[in-house]
Formats: sequence, C-alpha cells, structure tokens
Amino acid sequence: MTNRGAGVGQRKTSPRIRARRIRAVQYAVLVVAFIAAALLADWPQIGRTFFDPGLIRDTVAHGLWLALWNTLVYTAGGFVLGLVAGTLLAMMRLSEVGPYRWLATIYIEFFRGLPALVVFMAFSLLPLAFPGLAMPLPPYGTVWAALGIVGSAYMAETIRAGIQAVPKGQIEAARSLGMSAGQAMWKITLPQAFRIMIPPLTNELIMLIKDSSLVFIVGLSAANFDLTKFGRAAANSNVNITPLVVAGLGYLVITLPLSIIVRRMEAAASKGR
Amino acid sequence: MTQTDPLVEIRGLNKYFGSNHVLRDIDFSVARGEVVCVIGPSGSGKSTLLRCVNLLETPQSGTVKVNEQELTDPDCDIDAARRQIGMVFQQFNLFPHHSALDNCTLALTTVLKKKRDEAERIARENLERVGLAEKVDAYPARLSGGQQQRVAIARALSMDPALMLFDEPTSALDPELVGEVLTVMRRLADEGMTMIVVTHEIAFAREVADRVVFMDGGGIVEQGKPSTLLSEPREPRTRDFLKRVLEPVAD
Ligand SMILES: Nc1ncnc2c1ncn2[C@@H]1O[C@H](COP(=O)(O)OP(=O)(O)OP(=O)(O)O)[C@@H](O)[C@H]1O
Ligand SMILES: [Mg+2]
Repeated sequence: MTNRGAGVGQRKTSPRIRARRIRAVQYAVLVVAFIAAALLADWPQIGRTFFDPGLIRDTVAHGLWLALWNTLVYTAGGFVLGLVAGTLLAMMRLSEVGPYRWLATIYIEFFRGLPALVVFMAFSLLPLAFPGLAMPLPPYGTVWAALGIVGSAYMAETIRAGIQAVPKGQIEAARSLGMSAGQAMWKITLPQAFRIMIPPLTNELIMLIKDSSLVFIVGLSAANFDLTKFGRAAANSNVNITPLVVAGLGYLVITLPLSIIVRRMEAAASKGR
Repeated sequence: MTQTDPLVEIRGLNKYFGSNHVLRDIDFSVARGEVVCVIGPSGSGKSTLLRCVNLLETPQSGTVKVNEQELTDPDCDIDAARRQIGMVFQQFNLFPHHSALDNCTLALTTVLKKKRDEAERIARENLERVGLAEKVDAYPARLSGGQQQRVAIARALSMDPALMLFDEPTSALDPELVGEVLTVMRRLADEGMTMIVVTHEIAFAREVADRVVFMDGGGIVEQGKPSTLLSEPREPRTRDFLKRVLEPVAD
C-alpha cells in the first residue's frame, strides 16, 4: 500500500492532465486539416462540378422522381421475395432433417460470400444457360430475383437468429398448454422473434436499397432507370457530377430515416432489457 | 389414501441424456386428489421426472399413463393429452407479448377453439382465483415475480386440468414473494386438485403434501407421509439431504 502511494506521488502528470493534452492535439490536427483544405482546393471549380444550381433544378425536374420511384419498386420486390425465401431458408436451417440444413447452409454461405454484382451479371446472362427463358415482367422479374437471392441469404440468418433468441421455455409453456408445434411457432415464437428481427431486417433493407443500383447490369430503357443509372446518364451527358450528387441525395432521403428508426428501436430495446 | 385407480401411473421409466442415465427404472403413481411433493438434491432427476409426466421429455423406455390414457403410446395424440395437464415452471415462462388475460385466453381460443368472450370469462375467473383480478390487462414485464407466477398458475388452471405439475415454482422468487405463491398452491390443494410439486420448501411439503418423495441419483430412494419421511427418514441419504436443507450452514 505505502509503495503504491509513493508511486502515485512520483508520477509527473496526472491522468486527467494527460487526457486533456491528447484531446488538444486531436483538435489541432483537425484545424490544420481544415485550413489546408480551404487553401489548397479550388472551391469555385468544385462548386461548379458538384453543386451547379441550374443542373440541380434540371435534374430534379427531369426524371429524378421516376428514378427514385423505380429504385423503391426494385428494392421492395427484392425485399419481399428475400423475406419469403429467407423465412423458408431459416426453417430449413432449423430443420430436424439433415439434408435441408445442409442445403440451406450451402445456399446461405454461397450467396453471402458472392459480390451482389456477380449475382446480377449471372442473372443477366441466364438466357445463355436456358435458351428461350423469359423472366416475367421485364426488367422487374430479373431485378427482383437477383435482389431477392442476395437478400434472402442475409435475411435467413437474421430470421434464424431471431427464432433461436426466443427462450426454449416459451415453446415448452405453449406445448404444455396443448398447442401443436405449428401453433407454438405461429402464436408464440414468431411474434417474439419478429420483434427481435426488425432492426437487423431494416439494416438489410438499407443494404438492398444500395444493391438495387446494380440494375444497370441488366440493361434498362430510360423509363426504367434507377437513381444511380439516371444520375450517371445525366452526369455523362452534362459532363458534370451534379446529377450524381442529386441521385446520391435521393438514396439518403430513403436510407437516413430508416437508419434513425433502427437506432431508436435498438436504443429502446436495450433500455427495455 | 384411496385405493381407486391412480390418476398418474408410471412404470419402468428410463431416461438418458446421451450416456447420462438420468431416470433409473422409476415406478411412480399418484392418486386422484393427492398432493405429492418431490424433494432431492440438484441433478437427482426431479425436473426430468416431472417433464416426463407430460412428455416434454421423451423417455427411452417405460410407460406414462395419465387419466387412463397412455401418453407413451405412439398413437397417443400428445397435444390433446397435455390439455388436461397443467404445468408451472420455475422461470414462469409467461408470454411477454400478451397481457395477463391473453396469456390465459390464448390456449382456450387456439387449442380448445372457445369463443373469445367465453375464453375471457374463464380467464378472468382464474385470475381472480389467484388474486389478480385487477391485473388482467397488465403485461408480464409490469408484474412482480410472485404476480407473474400466479398468472402462470391461472394460465394452467384456465384449461381446467385434471393434474397440475409444479417445477420449483418459488425458486426464482425473492423471499418476500414466496408466500403469495405458496398460498395459492395451498388453496388449490385444499380444493382437491391433484398436484405433483418439485420443491425445496420443506415446510410447505410438511404442511400440504399427502406424500413426500425423496429422489437421488435418478431413483426414488424413499417415500411416505410427510410427518414420517421428513421427521424420521429411514435412509441415510434422505437424512443427509434433510440435514443439509434444514440446517443451512455456510459451506
Ligand atoms: N436437456 C438436457 N440435456 C442433457 N442433460 C440434461 C438435460 N436436462 C437435464 N439433464 C441432466 O439430467 C440430470 C437430472 O437433471 P434434472 O434437471 O432432472 O435434475 P433436478 O433434480 O431437477 O435438479 P435441480 O434441483 O438442480 O433442478 C442432470 O445430470 C442434468 O445435468
Ligand atoms: Mg430441476
């Protein structure tokens, strides 16, 4: 005890003073970086290429809303398909039948490991393998299937984890009241699992919104352009980045509120515990 | 004790978890209206035996008969058989996404296909029976442990069971909440309910049980009237156990 006391006395700076110094250095670095950026960059040029006011107005007036709508339609279809397939895969992962478990595991690991871009490319080339194959509702069928496949692999794991997070005692209580395995699943397990799953499923929805930008691989007519393709086309024809910036803001209009909702739900969940 | 046909009749019951032989050749029966308390050290197989009565655990061999119906028969409709066996768990296992009332009505509407208003009437009746008439709309998270366990009892009673199983119903409760649950159970016993109660509450067993069963190492070591078994046990293992639970000293 006395030795430790002596040690503290010998220390030159107290931890609190040291922490304050480290913080001061961090602020100094930040200020220097800002000054350098302000002096070295050509701000008028940057403003013209990224935020040309005329071009912003033009982009919004000519096709932005349609592109936003298309992005939403592509994502919604992919999400619904992914949710259905993901639930099925989760059930397979939890099955008593070994081969179902293995098939689901292989599928999930395969499609979680592949870049979504590769899945889209494979889908756009599918007619090579199946001559005469026509996906329904072109281009939606192809886009929804590709997004659904990518999404289902992630959602399956979320759904499985949600189901497994419901305590075993819940099912035992349900079964001891005479409910069948199916009734216990629908009335007891899934409603509780779903609450657990909402935040991660919303994150996966955000991911799918961004992955929907890969639809350009499929080859689209202008009326079917999504936000990215629309922004890029306008940027190319105007030789200016502004339309792409506007398209990017279009994504944020959808994804930011979703992110905020997820944060809120996660905070509420951790408080409730 | 009456000599009429037993409500529960278990013969030659064996249960393994992997290579762990948890229940060894158990013969055990319970008469109608009888209250049996099961005591014994941790890991002796009390819960497993109780869970074999409604087949939450499937035994490897032996027969379980409840109310003339053989649950271990592969042709038995186990969901139907379980409706007449109420179970109360150590951890309550209330459905957190339902109010106290709906915890009680859920099985009435989904399993017994009763009309909503009739189910509610039955549920209210049983919540009143456990002294929670004013908590019908409360969700489990808003209830104390003792109140939750009483809702769990009301939930089981709502199915109008012939038999009630209790697995250490007061072990998860703060000491000051134990009494209210035991009071409800004592009243149930007085009303003539057939009950199997796994418990560490020796005083409750002494007062309420018609018979006390002492288990150790997966077998029934000794059983008898509480006055006899708890005061003058024949087996040294029973004596050791009772000495340990009745005179708890720092270990
Ligand atoms: N689901 C299970 N899987 C594997 N082993 C189990 C399982 N349930 C119980 N056991 C084992 O069976 C034995 C008996 O357990 P059981 O829960 O019936 O004892 P208990 O008498 O109820 O004990 P306690 O007083 O601690 O509740 C123990 O060795 C336990 O480890
Ligand atoms: Mg136990």
